[in-house]
Amino acid sequence: MQASATIENVYDVDAVRRQFPILSRQVNKQPLVYFDNAATTQKPQAVIDALVNYYTGYNSNIHRGIHALAEEATSAFEASRDAAQSFLNAEHREQIIFTKGTTEGINLVAATWGRANISEGDEIIISAMEHHSNMVPWFMLCQEKRAVLKVIPVDANGELDMEAFENLLTAKTKMVAIVHVSNALGTINPVKLIIEKAHNAGAVVLVDGAQSSVHLDIDVTDLDADFFVFSSHKVYGPTGVGVLYGKQHLLEAMPVYQGGGEMIKDVSFEQVTYNDLPYKFEAGTPNIADTIAFKAALDFTTAIGKENIRRHENELLFYATAELEKISGLRIIGNAKHKISVISFVIENIHPQDLGILLDHRGIAVRTGTHCAQPLMQFFSIPGTTRASFAMYNTREEIDIMISGLNKAIKMLS
Amino acid sequence: MQESNSIAAIENEIIEEFQLFDSWEDKYEYIIDLGKKLPALDPGFKTDENRVRGCQSAVWLVADFKDGQVAYKADSDAVIVKGLISMLIRVLDLQSPDNILNAKLEFIREIGMMNHLAQTRSNGLLSMVKQMKNYALAFKARKDGAGASS
Repeated sequence: MQASATIENVYDVDAVRRQFPILSRQVNKQPLVYFDNAATTQKPQAVIDALVNYYTGYNSNIHRGIHALAEEATSAFEASRDAAQSFLNAEHREQIIFTKGTTEGINLVAATWGRANISEGDEIIISAMEHHSNMVPWFMLCQEKRAVLKVIPVDANGELDMEAFENLLTAKTKMVAIVHVSNALGTINPVKLIIEKAHNAGAVVLVDGAQSSVHLDIDVTDLDADFFVFSSHKVYGPTGVGVLYGKQHLLEAMPVYQGGGEMIKDVSFEQVTYNDLPYKFEAGTPNIADTIAFKAALDFTTAIGKENIRRHENELLFYATAELEKISGLRIIGNAKHKISVISFVIENIHPQDLGILLDHRGIAVRTGTHCAQPLMQFFSIPGTTRASFAMYNTREEIDIMISGLNKAIKMLS
Repeated sequence: MQESNSIAAIENEIIEEFQLFDSWEDKYEYIIDLGKKLPALDPGFKTDENRVRGCQSAVWLVADFKDGQVAYKADSDAVIVKGLISMLIRVLDLQSPDNILNAKLEFIREIGMMNHLAQTRSNGLLSMVKQMKNYALAFKARKDGAGASS
């Protein structure tokens, strides 16, 4: 038997696909080919069921209710915290703060830890491949505090210049905020090494795990990350939920973020006593339904097995890369040695937007543009890229459809 | 009776032309062809000031006012957008500010390009129409202002 066939035999992609109802729909009278997974993933039936079951069975506000529904909703909500704790291998459940998503997690850290710890002349290091979400909050903080924002450059392959990073680290470096996996290039950054070097310089590290958490095994304890943020909707879960993990002593020392219900213990007009972790950072009624369904997504992903998913996605990545390289005038942007299943590319004399429009007419969903990483596009001197990103349910046949669609689009455009 | 060069008459012409196409590919090949044929804007006009905001591709638009008519020139680095712009120019070029401001531009829906007007597409057709009308409004204000003072 051929070695290349064995993986498909072990990994039953058809069975996986059957769990995602949306994949059977058509777009522009063609079967949907969904390659925009780095923007958001589709949801399995288990996640949709969890949402419906909550609203039809036990919708209620959580934590202080005395009745049965409130108790059921509270335990389901808190079970999601346990699931997230185990997904990240965090030491304590109190280290899991629920947010709206990755962006809010970063803003929370910048607004609380940042305001308390950054002063004039301090330095914050980010990289040239950050998503705007891990760039703008630090830019804003630096402006407010007259601190200095430093940027780790990338090389032509889309890898971080680690030597430059070490040179940027100084006694004034207080924070290194770094993306684990680039959404535009697919590059997997050596975050463990970055954390080690940053810690040696006395800096705190925030890891943006928006793209990594769905593909890689995350162990915040082993990484020794100070903060780690990610979003549910990129891990087959609902939108509007994210996780901020933080080291206990940092979270405890941080000032509160938003004021309101849930985050307080006692309130009088003279004095407010704040709640303990994690509630101190969870003001107001949280996104209960989506947070509960988030657990279904984590359970679903874990049951299939990240390693199995990764093997399948890597096969797709290698196959798609080889097929794309056959197209004349096509250049892949981001050729890092370690990549997840994201391929960004440009084609000579063709604007990504034109490709995107023509592919859409064939039912193929890709992303075109700057991928919220404008400085990175400026570095590569391109107006943007076309990006195909693969998930657990994608197939080789879908890649063939995209390649054929691309060839037809190129013919129409040139 | 409609004049042959009125906005409505030109819109009808375009609608009739599009009725000849059987497939979406034919339509897009035609739009791409229009995009390629639209004369490139002088590089001197491709300034930040002339950029139409809200587009994924770069779109530049300039307008002139002469003899009561607005003359438009535009360019883009994406060819489908350029083709769509070319049709807008064909309809609105050398019309009076009032006619431009009142134009409903129903042809966009009629030829099946309505999806390009949706906000989410961010390909700039909507911003483009808005910007063309803004120029018309500005020229109208200038004309009315000049009229009132004389």
